[in-house]
Amino acid sequence: MTDVMADERLHLSTVHEGPASKRIVTGYGFWIFLLSDFVMFSGFFAAYAVLLGQTAGGPKGAEIFDLRNVAVETGCLLMSSFTCGLASIAAGARNRLWFQIAMAVTCVLGLAFLSIEFNEFASLVARGAGPSRSAFLSAFFSLVGCHGLHVSAGILWLLTMMAQVFAKGFRADIQRRFLCFALFWHALDIIWVAVFSVVYLLGSAP
Amino acid sequence: MSGQQLHDWQDHADIAPGDEEEFSISKSLIGYGVGLALAVLLTATSFFIAGTDLVWQPSIPVAIVVLAIAQMGVHLVFFLHITTGPDNTNNVLALAFGLLIVFLVITGSLWIMAHLNQNMMPMDQIMQMQR
Amino acid sequence: MLGKLTWDAIPFDQPIPLITGALVLVIMLAIVVWIVLAGHLPYLWREWITSVDHKRIGVMYTLLAMVMLLRGFSDAIMMRGQQALAFHSEGFLPPEHYNQIFSAHGTIMIFFVAMPFVIGLMNLVVPLQLGVRDVAFPTLNSVGFWLTATGALLVNVSLVVGEFARTGWLPYPPLSELTYSPGVGVDYYLWSLQISGVGTLVAGINLVTTVLKLRTRGMSYLRMPMFCWTALASNLLIVAAFPILTATLAMLILDRYFGFHFFTNEAGGNVMMFMNLIWAWGHPEVYILVLPAFGIYSEVVATFSGKPLFGYRSMVLATMAICVISFMVWLHHFFTMGAGADVNAIFGIASMIIAVPTGVKIYNWLFTMYGGRIRFDTPMLWSIGFMVTFILGGLTGVLVAVPPADFLLHNSLFLVAHFHNVIIGGVLFGAFAGYAYWFPKAFGFRLHEGLGKAAFWFWLIGFYIAFMPMYWLGFLGMTRRMQHYDVAEWRPWLMVAAAGVAVIMIGILFQIAQLVVSIRDRAELRDTTGDPWDGRSLEWATASPPPVFNFAVMPDVEGPDAYWEWKRHARRGDAAGKEPAYRDIEMPRNSPTGFVCAFFATVMGFALIWHIWWMVLLGGIGAFATFVVFAWRDHDEYVISAAEVARIDRAYREERAAGMGSAS
Repeated sequence: MTDVMADERLHLSTVHEGPASKRIVTGYGFWIFLLSDFVMFSGFFAAYAVLLGQTAGGPKGAEIFDLRNVAVETGCLLMSSFTCGLASIAAGARNRLWFQIAMAVTCVLGLAFLSIEFNEFASLVARGAGPSRSAFLSAFFSLVGCHGLHVSAGILWLLTMMAQVFAKGFRADIQRRFLCFALFWHALDIIWVAVFSVVYLLGSAP
Repeated sequence: MSGQQLHDWQDHADIAPGDEEEFSISKSLIGYGVGLALAVLLTATSFFIAGTDLVWQPSIPVAIVVLAIAQMGVHLVFFLHITTGPDNTNNVLALAFGLLIVFLVITGSLWIMAHLNQNMMPMDQIMQMQR
Repeated sequence: MLGKLTWDAIPFDQPIPLITGALVLVIMLAIVVWIVLAGHLPYLWREWITSVDHKRIGVMYTLLAMVMLLRGFSDAIMMRGQQALAFHSEGFLPPEHYNQIFSAHGTIMIFFVAMPFVIGLMNLVVPLQLGVRDVAFPTLNSVGFWLTATGALLVNVSLVVGEFARTGWLPYPPLSELTYSPGVGVDYYLWSLQISGVGTLVAGINLVTTVLKLRTRGMSYLRMPMFCWTALASNLLIVAAFPILTATLAMLILDRYFGFHFFTNEAGGNVMMFMNLIWAWGHPEVYILVLPAFGIYSEVVATFSGKPLFGYRSMVLATMAICVISFMVWLHHFFTMGAGADVNAIFGIASMIIAVPTGVKIYNWLFTMYGGRIRFDTPMLWSIGFMVTFILGGLTGVLVAVPPADFLLHNSLFLVAHFHNVIIGGVLFGAFAGYAYWFPKAFGFRLHEGLGKAAFWFWLIGFYIAFMPMYWLGFLGMTRRMQHYDVAEWRPWLMVAAAGVAVIMIGILFQIAQLVVSIRDRAELRDTTGDPWDGRSLEWATASPPPVFNFAVMPDVEGPDAYWEWKRHARRGDAAGKEPAYRDIEMPRNSPTGFVCAFFATVMGFALIWHIWWMVLLGGIGAFATFVVFAWRDHDEYVISAAEVARIDRAYREERAAGMGSAS
């Protein structure tokens, strides 16, 4: 097989072979979508950076951020990226049991992340530090909330993928859809790296 | 798991983003494992640096940003399997374009808004003048 | 129960929208009744509404654009009329209506005329030029179109139910915040654009992936027709810029709906940030519009000069340069907002630099024409008209790119003249050229040439009469968007401008007549060979209209101007006759996903505008359910047998051989 691949590669470098396979087309299209999503987040990041100091007499970041919660959230999301990777391996090996287990664990971790974040938001609102208090808080809630909404959508998608694999197995189109889901889930963790670094860690400086 | 499955995503000299060249369970496991370990290390370092007195204070923001970029790189390489090989060129180019736009939007906005804020009176002062 | 919606929303006391709305409703109802009674509904549903064929979707986009052009133009008639009359007088439009009209005019023209027009033409042509069967994601393509239609629908509904925004086509805060715009107008604007924005983003992803990943064998990047390069650049810009629009409008929505403070006057909001972010989208947007037009000109000028495009590689470089630099100039839309000399200088210089690659393109078109045998068919007339008009508009653009000059001219009629100069002269003329050029490919018969030429001349002359006075008015100090004025000096020029609009209207009437007459006379105007203009690229290498699979066998490309080379060989008797080896072809199945999704989006959008929360929830559930149903499909393709492909293709080959035989 390696010989065939080597031959193909020599041949391919001289002539454009024609349209790419469905998997490549689907994956690349979703990749472009993810990049557009990064740009959208950058809009919210820019707004956050600009409005950082506009606390309107209300609380600053250092006063409201609880870094232990953030650490747990980060751990959950990072682990869930790892278990999503395990699900990718299971999908590649066409092993239904391990796929469903890995996806279920990913789901639980994702829900844990969401519940911690929801509690954080709820408690902030309860003590009058909600998004309508100041521009800084508006930007904070929007940026982190936008990420949370994406994670929630991801959970819905995750459950749909589990249902699809359960009902129809590892059909080619379901594999393509799962590839897109994995890309999405990992991308969300990349954005979270930016969020916890820039918003929480840098924002905790007194 | 053999040549049959690989056929679908080993077309041309191109590969879908997120796909790996050769599929092997053990290699993939190691890849994700190493990625996780590195990411945990970088995350822990970030949290540590943010709260410590052991480091020269003005360097903390830079350090956190650098660690964040490094961790994003770890994700891209170990979880998203983005490489610099010729089969990944399109994927990398697209990513580079996206990052360029992100950079322009964020730095451009910060630069512009800083100047605007400096030259224009803050809104609450304007409103007080109008009362 | 129905949120803020009451009977007061309907403008019973305002004759113009009331009568217009009633008339439009009656006409639409009549059309629907006729369709149903004449038994056309199954055909329409099967062949158009649920179609995922890029050609059909392209036609629908273009049709949407042209219908909305009539709506946007009616707004223009009213504006010019008002300004011609309102000297020491209130005119016939009170301020609160006039403001809605100019806001709707801009919004409709940019988002629901120019965007759908270029996206429609790209959809129709790019897969054909690339030698492939469809775009990368056909069902998503349908979703994108129908969501755009939803946006257009909501904007038009605002005419009769409620009101539209009074903020101009970009809703600057604090005017657009709840404090100063408490009505539903701005909400109509916001939700209509958020929904159609999703549609546009989807189209962008689709076309980028198509150009980068779906080209026929042998078509390397540097053998692609120029239109595909500009399509790539334009759609890369869509993917990069529209998310910024989404984010910024979302921030305004959060301010209005949940009391956030992004752009409010209180609690630390920063109104200037809205301008900064919205123009970071807004500038790339105009390049999204003009780049495909440039591509159309490249195609048309080469074809009607009978020569290959001059300087292909420099064109490619210029296109990609424009693509990147367009993201570095956005501050020139708010030089006067106080960023200071350093910032203004940098962006001013960048704005002048971006004129250079455009100049390269103009020279390349001129050199293409030089030494060629030029045929002055309608598409070529539009292209020549563009060259003169766009150069003028571009020059005035370089003028306002100089910050000190812009401080005098910003938001004057000079600016209004400038951007109409480049958008009409650049984008609209290009769209009309493309419409005339590719109409035979889409429908199988040509447009009536005489009426087309008449339309062109009235448009061209009317444009100059309407907009040249506005440059002068800018120098005379007239600001834009004035509902009335007292300066006697301005009046004669405004009356000339109104006359210009009347001339343009005759042009539009000729275009409507052209369509009607062409349909009536389609037998005489039929395009039998698939290649009515002696074209150079692959879209002309198949029947008009193409079969659903575009090409019986995807062509093998060996150089640029693929079809031209093939024809040269064929005319020398080389390779024309051999039949290809026909195979079964898999095509994507039609799907109601796009239409149903858009239906729920319309429901959700309307409900969000009027604060009918239970309806929002239902709409959202419906939209999600649509996706799940679509994802659960087991059969997403159908097969066309080799025998059927052969039958269709043989008919085309006979016609083509007959046409070429008579040509040589």
